[in-house]
Amino acid sequence: MSENMFEESAAGRRASRTHSQVAAAVAEAHRREWGFVLAATVRVTRDIDLAEECVQDAYARALSTWGSRGVPANPGAWLTTVARRRALDLLRRDASLRARLPLLLDEPDPAPQPEIPDDRLRLVFTCCHPALAQPAQVALTLRLLCGLTTAEVAHAFLVSEPTMAARITRAKKKIAAARIPYEVPQAAARPERIEAVLTVVHLLYTTGHTAPAGASLVRRDLVERALDLARMLRQLLPADADVAGLLALIVLTDARRSTRVADDGRLLLLADQDRSRWDQGAIAEGIALVREALRRRPPGRFALMAAIAAVHAEAPSWGDTDWRELVGLYDLLIDIWPSPVVALNRAVAVGFASGPCDGLAALDALAAEPQLAGYGYLAAARADFLRQLGRLDEARTAYEEALMLTENEVERRFLADRLASLPPP
Amino acid sequence: MAEYLILIYEDEKSWANADKAAYDSTLEGHNAFAEKHGSAIRGGKALWASDTATSIRQGTVTDGPFAETKEGLGGYYLIEAANLDDAIAIAKDVPAPFGGVEVRPIRVFD
Repeated sequence: MSENMFEESAAGRRASRTHSQVAAAVAEAHRREWGFVLAATVRVTRDIDLAEECVQDAYARALSTWGSRGVPANPGAWLTTVARRRALDLLRRDASLRARLPLLLDEPDPAPQPEIPDDRLRLVFTCCHPALAQPAQVALTLRLLCGLTTAEVAHAFLVSEPTMAARITRAKKKIAAARIPYEVPQAAARPERIEAVLTVVHLLYTTGHTAPAGASLVRRDLVERALDLARMLRQLLPADADVAGLLALIVLTDARRSTRVADDGRLLLLADQDRSRWDQGAIAEGIALVREALRRRPPGRFALMAAIAAVHAEAPSWGDTDWRELVGLYDLLIDIWPSPVVALNRAVAVGFASGPCDGLAALDALAAEPQLAGYGYLAAARADFLRQLGRLDEARTAYEEALMLTENEVERRFLADRLASLPPP
Repeated sequence: MAEYLILIYEDEKSWANADKAAYDSTLEGHNAFAEKHGSAIRGGKALWASDTATSIRQGTVTDGPFAETKEGLGGYYLIEAANLDDAIAIAKDVPAPFGGVEVRPIRVFD
């Protein structure tokens, strides 16, 4: 293999164009295939660290080889073959490496099969195993399925890189030492385990959708990764209604993406968004998925959340929103998922369905919820209803309270604008 | 295959105040557990309560358990299982009416 092909190439200009094309192809393969390649390589190494090393190496080789021989028709298969060959070489050469870890698979000799199995389900179930703490599940999923570096994962969750590195190392050590299996769980345990996986993907999505802190409202990278993961799960578990529900929820919410922030960076609520710019293709896809997800009785958490998003997506204008339908959906959701945050959203829907007085009463019923004590949306929703009722002093106090409870700059500015729009005391 | 230690932690006060029926049903539970998972169990014992414990740190002997906790170690099973999922499935069957169990992989030195 020519390692120096760019230097030795006669047609320098052609090579540099090729170079950027190859780099783009490798970047694309990194984004699309990392999880696939790693999952298939773990089957050979039976050890995550060694597999990561070999996959990293395969991507480095792609950068040099694809330039001289062209981008292969199936980059994932090419990368997997190279990574697995590297793994077998290392294992053959180093017996101590072979004996190092009793990890993961209790299968006989991991001879390379001619066809490459899609092991991403095994990998995602290992990453989201309930024996790992949830922050570790999230970090491993981003690192191993999405191929993010430790620094990128640390940045996504606003922790220092050494902290994140320690978290990932500890989780990998537990996977190896406690023998968290590298397999798709038995049918009896599967619904619970799928729920754990979906929770991680949903958490990634919500973290990206409204970043807990920082200058921008949306962390695009996290949203994209969550969408990729949800699509992957849909492909691997096509019959699962909860998977369809989560993908529907993400697709429908993301259809509004470009309208959530005004050109000058201000936050725009549903009421003020330009609905003509909502992504109609995504909405159609999401609604078809919601229908499918709701076919299971009783409908699951994500299916109901997606149905709520669908009601908004289908309303031609804010004024045409079917708030009674929304209150009904929130009631169903609270039955199966009694969370204070859902109750808060229900209270807001009540306010729009039956007036600010009823909405305020529903919100005040939640005032004692300890989980909502530090939650800025409760104060913000109260402030809006109080403003509509003309109780301006109380509205002012509530906006001020909401301002103290968010670190997101876009949200802060929105609340400050609302506060400033009230007549002076 | 790998070995796991299942540590049974329970509230000792609750056991001290428990009636005979609680003892009997738990004992029955352990018999049922042993019958169901006989092929996986490598050993297991019940312990006297932690007020019978003696601790030794750097050669100094003191009365009491190593760490004072609300839930005390009351017994253990040593089991063999293919992986953590199988070990957890077995551990879920261990009776522990006043607490729960901890599953720890046994470390093997080559």
